[in-house]
Amino acid sequence: MSELSVNHLLGIKYLKEKDIQLIFETADHFKEVINRSIKKVPSLRDINIANIFFENSTRTKLSFELAEKRLSADVINFSAGQSSVKKGETLIDTVNNILSMKVDMVVMRHPNPGAGIFLSKHVKAAIINAGDGAHEHPTQALLDSFSIREKFGDVAGKNVVIVGDILHSRVALSNIFALQLLGANVKVCGPKTLIPKHIESLGVTVETNLRKALNWCDVANMLRIQNERLDISYFPTTREYTQQFGVNKALLNSLDKEIVIMHPGPINRGVEITSDVADSKQSIILNQVENGVAIRMAVIYLLAAKIK
Amino acid sequence: MSKKVLLSSKEIKIILHRLACQLLESHLDFTDTVLIGIQPRGKYLADRLAKILRDEYGVKEINLGYLDITFFRDDFRRGEKTLEATKTKIDFLVEDKKVVLIDDVLFTGRSIRAALTAIQSFGRPSEVELLTLIDRRFSRHLPIQPNYRGRQVDAINDEKVQVMWEENDGKDVIYLINK
Repeated sequence: MSELSVNHLLGIKYLKEKDIQLIFETADHFKEVINRSIKKVPSLRDINIANIFFENSTRTKLSFELAEKRLSADVINFSAGQSSVKKGETLIDTVNNILSMKVDMVVMRHPNPGAGIFLSKHVKAAIINAGDGAHEHPTQALLDSFSIREKFGDVAGKNVVIVGDILHSRVALSNIFALQLLGANVKVCGPKTLIPKHIESLGVTVETNLRKALNWCDVANMLRIQNERLDISYFPTTREYTQQFGVNKALLNSLDKEIVIMHPGPINRGVEITSDVADSKQSIILNQVENGVAIRMAVIYLLAAKIK
Repeated sequence: MSKKVLLSSKEIKIILHRLACQLLESHLDFTDTVLIGIQPRGKYLADRLAKILRDEYGVKEINLGYLDITFFRDDFRRGEKTLEATKTKIDFLVEDKKVVLIDDVLFTGRSIRAALTAIQSFGRPSEVELLTLIDRRFSRHLPIQPNYRGRQVDAINDEKVQVMWEENDGKDVIYLINK
């Protein structure tokens, strides 16, 4: 097994377990590469990649761009804010115009769920979904699982709780798929209003008591409260949310065992986790960011290998 | 498919000792020299030579590393298969060192070209040499020749040289396979 079963990375849902293992093994090599004094390899010299972001992003965009550059690909960046999209151009037209400049791969973030899937059916390029609305964010889930694997040696059998706004979170859905493929047990925890109905049908359990959830888990993945997506009031006040679902040092210290804290960023310090938790030894938040580059290099490398 | 023994275990042993002596002759105590086995198959040869130098010629310290060249190859996306990487393990800088690249078979020279680029990520060597166990004559695509060679072989392009190592394949033997 040395190639992916897919030609695009649209979501974890379309991957098989062996795809994820292949991505992880490849990322191990790239992690060694990015810790050299010269962090660049010439593999993708003849590949052009367009980063198309219809939604704001810091980490993901930088991480993708760095990954592409370390593979020696040529990169063009496009943000919807300063483009003809504002003038009414359709998604397919925008992308086809970019592709006619001979681009082989498109990394896209879009506010609408399924935008990547739609695009992959209509344009001739490898598509990487860098987040589509509240649907999936596959590279984030891959780097989260990769970080758990790095910390514990294996993902299988680990208990992972995802805390926060599950309803609007693409990170949560991709993480659930990835963790389950790799054999972890997944629980979600948050206010009832922010947990989708019937989420149990995905094979996860629901817990509304944070302390119970933390005592059960090996890893807690703390999601951000996405104020920009909260169109109605899902909880009375941020302060009340923090009291019930925020993790602070006192709570961590009172648990039966030492758990690992993850966060996909950006952190609302003092809301979902306090600063002393984010900066504590138990937190692997910055490792996640470093692993993000290695994972994205692996995904781009493996997908580029399938471009004929 | 016919399979012919090119070198037996005994012949390999003699050649390895000769190569070790040749290395010793030009590098003496190996203080400024590093041996780099090219992954995946050059690793075994590099391990063997380092062991002989240590155990039988009393060289105290040998800098030995393994270099994966996958991401530096020039045939990415040109073959049918995705190129799979192996582990790089170089715990030292090669800055100002004499580097000896070690691989089992020298064929087109393209792997060595990739290794020459890859090694630059670890510094600027003062000198780079090449040691190969089997040198296939008349098959080079690039102007690359070994400084130390075990055995020179005339093989046509359809033929394949297969190097087996005891630690990996059960016994030391080199075959010439005709497809």
